[in-house]
Amino acid sequence: MASTVMIDKAAPTRNPAYGSMSRDRAWALKWSYFFLTLFAIFSLVPPLYMLITSLKSSAEISAATNPWWVFHPTLSNYVGLLTSNQFLTFFRNSVLVSIFVVTITMLISVPAAFALSRMRFWGSATLATGVFLTYLIPDTLLFLPLFKMFAVFGDWTGIQLINRWYVLVVVYPTLTVPFCTWIMIGYFASIPKELDEAAIIDGASWLQTLTRIFIPVALPGIIAATIFAFTVSWAQFLYPLVFTTSTDQLVLPVGIITSLVKGDVFNWGQIMTGALLGAAPPLIIYAFLMDYYIAGLTAGATKG
Amino acid sequence: MADVTLRKVIKRYDEVEAVRGIDLDIADHEFVVLVGPSGCGKSTTLRMIAGLEDITDGDIMIGGDVVNDVPPKDRDIAMVFQNYALYPHMTVAENMSFGLRLKRYPKAEIKTRIDEAARMLDIVELVDRKPKQLSGGQRQRVAMGRAIVRNPKVFLFDEPLSNLDAKLRVQMRIEIKKVHQKVRTTTVYVTHDQVEAMTLADRVVVMNHGRIEQIGTPNDLYHNPATRFVAGFIGSPAMNFMPCRLEDVAGKLNIRLTDRIAFPLPPGRAARYQGVGRNEKLLLGLRPEHITEAKAHPEPGVEAFDAVLDVTEPMGMETLIYFTLEGAQICGRVNPNAGARAGGPLRLAVDLNNMHLLNEVTGVVI
Repeated sequence: MASTVMIDKAAPTRNPAYGSMSRDRAWALKWSYFFLTLFAIFSLVPPLYMLITSLKSSAEISAATNPWWVFHPTLSNYVGLLTSNQFLTFFRNSVLVSIFVVTITMLISVPAAFALSRMRFWGSATLATGVFLTYLIPDTLLFLPLFKMFAVFGDWTGIQLINRWYVLVVVYPTLTVPFCTWIMIGYFASIPKELDEAAIIDGASWLQTLTRIFIPVALPGIIAATIFAFTVSWAQFLYPLVFTTSTDQLVLPVGIITSLVKGDVFNWGQIMTGALLGAAPPLIIYAFLMDYYIAGLTAGATKG
Repeated sequence: MADVTLRKVIKRYDEVEAVRGIDLDIADHEFVVLVGPSGCGKSTTLRMIAGLEDITDGDIMIGGDVVNDVPPKDRDIAMVFQNYALYPHMTVAENMSFGLRLKRYPKAEIKTRIDEAARMLDIVELVDRKPKQLSGGQRQRVAMGRAIVRNPKVFLFDEPLSNLDAKLRVQMRIEIKKVHQKVRTTTVYVTHDQVEAMTLADRVVVMNHGRIEQIGTPNDLYHNPATRFVAGFIGSPAMNFMPCRLEDVAGKLNIRLTDRIAFPLPPGRAARYQGVGRNEKLLLGLRPEHITEAKAHPEPGVEAFDAVLDVTEPMGMETLIYFTLEGAQICGRVNPNAGARAGGPLRLAVDLNNMHLLNEVTGVVI
């Protein structure tokens, strides 16, 4: 019994200020978990439903059973899609468009952001605001004039852009470049001015300052911008719907809808499978790059 | 190694004139400190020497060549920044060698220089670390190392110790002085801390409102300030200023502080101030160490008076005392055993051999 701790009930209670503060924190924590759970359910139910449906046969989908349970699981939807040339063509088109768009976007917006945030030249501040304003123009407003422009361009030069997958490589940067430039301007602005001044005194040119100091230091920001550009080009629906029509030129989001909905027949099992497979690449990329996204590489640069 | 010369240098931002015509000659090997309150133009001046700011008017010469339009990288200077500005993704060695690598120095040469600088700064075991793994003092050493390996004509320091704690600051101050004694590179150092300026400089340049108030050796500035600003800025605790006027009493020159307190001036001082108008508004400038407890034996030029102390600050080797004279707070330094206590009376003595007389209107020391 020597190890028993005696508790003196008459002893004064602990500092009430400390206790009340921790009670507040505990409540804050409980509420945040409550809403986080609510939000998680809200956003995870649709993909879950997609997954369940994708594992069912067409007969089971139309049968009047519990829609939240798979009684006869089958991979036939997956096999069917992954062995269909059509689906693989959509996938290939999506991948090509996204790779080109991301590359073009980063090649333009990183140097542009560097110039706008660091090389003080006449009108640079106005230009930076202008870049952002461009992003505010809704794309629904642009697709008709763009269509007309591509048609005229085709008439003049003989280069046909409409109904080719690469038309999207021309169109998407109009959405991604302004936004990514804006993100990068913000990120570059957080890099202390002394860092590029030190580089300039060390004898670096502007280009060397960008490639050897700014890009490595701003890597988390660059990755964030890359993820954004990828997500936009992977998930765009309106532009591909307008600009591409032939089956071999379609990208995933449009391809799934147009090839799997025939008249009033909805091939739900394959639609859900296609959507799930289509959502996989962004998911994987997010999962791998999330740490970079959050990490602050600038730690230690200055007094910090 | 080179001398640096500024000729009528002016910097104007839109409407504001930050630097208003500066003339400064810095000799080869010299350590010059620009000091002044914030906004006095000292950092702007340094940045103009570095080439990070364009000059609006005038000439800057390094090693005899006008460098007004020479870009920073071709001026052969190295700069140490207040926040160190180390490249966060590079190791200490890479940080230090960045400039040399850009200039395509041979690898062996780079290694020798880094080793040498690392030894000098006592950071040999840190060369493979990243900046975020270093303490503030170590980062500051690396920043200095980056400047040293370049072996430039001029070192520029922009408040390099401001981010360090008090103890480390004293240590790094000595470190900087040692480095300068070894490499002897011409150095321009900016600080707002007058103690740093006094301890480091061969010559101190006191700046205020975009102009140079006075240039001189630390001792020169301390003992012979030219203006009220310099007199008040250099020295801690600051110099006391007391309103006063001169009067002739029985053929001798007296200085009158209050209706009750007036002292005869020592002969040397009397001769010097003979031409000053008797009705002019003047200030008596006295450093705290020249206001002490009265000694038993009177000395020439040292005059005694009685005061009631407001506050005392025991510092160990001395006690700082504060009392009020005609509304002005006066600080003195007395022996800890002099019996000074707050609220108590003390017989004090002022050493008029070390007084300064200032024109209250113009602020010029007479």
